Amino acid sequence: MKNKFLKGTLALALVAAFFSSCKPKDSNDVVSGDAAQKAYVAPGKYDEFYNFVSGGFSGQVSVYGLPSGRLLRVIPVFSADPQSGYGYNEETKPMLNTSNGFVPWDDQHHTELSQTNGEVDGRWLFANANNTPRIARVDLKTFTTKEIIELPNSAGNHSSPFITENTEYVVAGTRFSVPPDNVNGDVPINTYKQNFKGYLSFVKVGKEGEMDIAFQIAAPGVNFDLSHAGKGKSHGWFFFSCYNTEQANTLLEVNASQKDKDFIMAVNWKKAEEYIKAGKGKKVATKYVHNIYDEKTHTAKSETRNEVLVLDSKDFKDICYMIPCPKSPHGCDVDPTGEYIVGSGKLAALIPVFSFDKLQNAIKNKQFDGEYDGIPVIKYEAALHGEVQKPGLGPLHTEFDGKGNAYTTFFVSSEVVKWDIKSLKVLDRVPTYYSVGHLCIPGGDSKKPYGKYLIAYNKITKDRYLPTGPELAQSAQIFDISGDKMQLILDFPTIGEPHYAQAAPADLIRNNGQLKIYKIEENKHPYVTKGEKESKIVREGNKVHVYMTSIRSHFAPDNIEGIKLGDEVYFHVTNLEQDWDIPHGFAIKGADNGELLIMPGETCTLKWIPKKTGIFPFYCTDFCSALHQEMQGYARVSPAGSSVPLTFSIGTNLPAAK
Amino acid sequence: MLISCGDKSKSTDNSSKESTSEEATKTEAVDPSTYDPNRGLGKFTTVDLGDKLDVAMAKKGEEIQTVKCSSCHKLTDEKLVGPGWKGVTSRHKPEWIMNFITNPDPMIDKDPKLQAQLEICLMRMPNQSLSDDDARHVLEYMRQNDGVK
Repeated sequence: MKNKFLKGTLALALVAAFFSSCKPKDSNDVVSGDAAQKAYVAPGKYDEFYNFVSGGFSGQVSVYGLPSGRLLRVIPVFSADPQSGYGYNEETKPMLNTSNGFVPWDDQHHTELSQTNGEVDGRWLFANANNTPRIARVDLKTFTTKEIIELPNSAGNHSSPFITENTEYVVAGTRFSVPPDNVNGDVPINTYKQNFKGYLSFVKVGKEGEMDIAFQIAAPGVNFDLSHAGKGKSHGWFFFSCYNTEQANTLLEVNASQKDKDFIMAVNWKKAEEYIKAGKGKKVATKYVHNIYDEKTHTAKSETRNEVLVLDSKDFKDICYMIPCPKSPHGCDVDPTGEYIVGSGKLAALIPVFSFDKLQNAIKNKQFDGEYDGIPVIKYEAALHGEVQKPGLGPLHTEFDGKGNAYTTFFVSSEVVKWDIKSLKVLDRVPTYYSVGHLCIPGGDSKKPYGKYLIAYNKITKDRYLPTGPELAQSAQIFDISGDKMQLILDFPTIGEPHYAQAAPADLIRNNGQLKIYKIEENKHPYVTKGEKESKIVREGNKVHVYMTSIRSHFAPDNIEGIKLGDEVYFHVTNLEQDWDIPHGFAIKGADNGELLIMPGETCTLKWIPKKTGIFPFYCTDFCSALHQEMQGYARVSPAGSSVPLTFSIGTNLPAAK
Repeated sequence: MLISCGDKSKSTDNSSKESTSEEATKTEAVDPSTYDPNRGLGKFTTVDLGDKLDVAMAKKGEEIQTVKCSSCHKLTDEKLVGPGWKGVTSRHKPEWIMNFITNPDPMIDKDPKLQAQLEICLMRMPNQSLSDDDARHVLEYMRQNDGVK
């Protein structure tokens, strides 16, 4: 499989060479003299943009500075993270709860920054989990995951999480159509056409960012791939690309490529909203969880929901329309004016560009070509603005620079192509290394792109970096797009396989009320210890709660005796520091549950079930001062039924026991 | 240059507004020859102390001490992590104390007494993010601890 793929890539590299050699361009000298200078940010100087890059199979989001490509942070979202204790400490375990139980890993594909009036506003970042369908909200004041909502009736949450221009909704379309949750799914797989459905979820976003599934649209059983909201004149609409309109259920590589055209589904969500308000939605039984991290108690809660509102697209003829789109469309991108919708067929050698005005006319004049599973199909030419001819092979994704230009990635011919949205003329092309997927221009899917840099996210890097065994890092490449010609200025390895990414001006994020410490006065954690004098140990049956504090450079208490085998010990550690960037760690020998990393003013809990008697040292894992190494203590574990009393101390310098 | 410097001046402004007085003060460093070892370094130039103890203020100061200070300082003259508090209000001017507890890092870099202390304790006092009022209350509690009635 892999070999075949690699051979394919080689052949494609030749194709790329062919493409570049027959165009008037200089792809050979991709790095010119001043390129390094353009990407150089001196030590101590700040970058111009934050780049939030999906971590693919790492389940996390990584944050890079632009243009330096420096890795600033990895934000754990859908995977347990040993660095921060996310998913290991008791406070964040509920964040990874699902209707399938605790899921400590997922596949994170797209990131989306919140917007106001179609412009990036720096409040939140949304991220999708592909495998166990979920959407997360990351708060950019703390760069931590604040909320995760599971999506019922879905599988392979791929066309997600894309947002409307005022962050009214985050949407999620299902990649795999499956039988809905409320019916018996134990059906023959080859009854796909009868039994499988594609659900689109509209998740409402509240003022504080809180998410709630407002409704779902039941759509034909196809594969919904990507999505983007309309904006400006097309605000109120959403566009989803879909493939496998053949409704095949095996060997899709062949069987889902039978038709010359699949569809982009245009959804009038304002209309859908009206029907919901008019009570036309049907409550359908299902089960999904909603996890919220409370900033005051520093603790997450997981709640189970049991129903969801559904509109069936068949019952409402003016919500959904199918626009034919050539060759298994993947990308579906809307330009900053909201007028042009760019479709990209994975197998196509052209880029179709649709016009929102023409689409509206076609709907008004009923320029339909029949129906697909009850949904009107618009005539291709009626909605088409035009096609970009011979742009390259395998167009995937398009972003915009706000100056009338579009930039499309070509997976098969490994290049980025710049073209004029109105005239559809190709203006420039540069090679990538290799097999580029998504691309990002800061604000590139908003009404106001910052058209200065373009970052290409590549699937393959053979020969690009020092080898590291059979696996190589995926990569991102930064291009300066401020001039007529795109110029490669830097490439850097990424964490996991980067899919989509978004970027915003640094000032927008870091001046948006970013938190440097958690104020100890405002800590409402039920097991907080506000000052060493409050530190204590409380036994409740076989549960032992240790109220512990940490500060440079000691824990209180640091001597604990009277724990017995069979006890569950909870170390609730409060970091008393009120200084920026002074987390403390906590680890105890033999714990099988990772460790803690506690931010200044925060409380975190490690659950420890001792498995044998003896002395167990604990210590701080995050260097904090010259006396960091001295920040340690001992816990003694005695046999079950032992008469050792529960005691704790710090600094009492007891006389040596006999 | 433009890439990184375009908003750098702004960034310094922004960070100095918030609790990281550290960066701002360090970069706009005060000339060591002008450092006033009586007043210290920080926003407080004069602190008016009453003749008598303000009991309410001292009470608030004690609450803060319990949460933010007692981990490292005893009320006696015994050193814990940092020096004991006994006699601190006679060893230092009130301005010095207020400046130090709200702005510890830059002062440790400048103040001869603090540098001598650092050689003993080997621990830089953490910034505990005290507000101006917090600092004043803690000072009053220190006075109470030193016998002011």
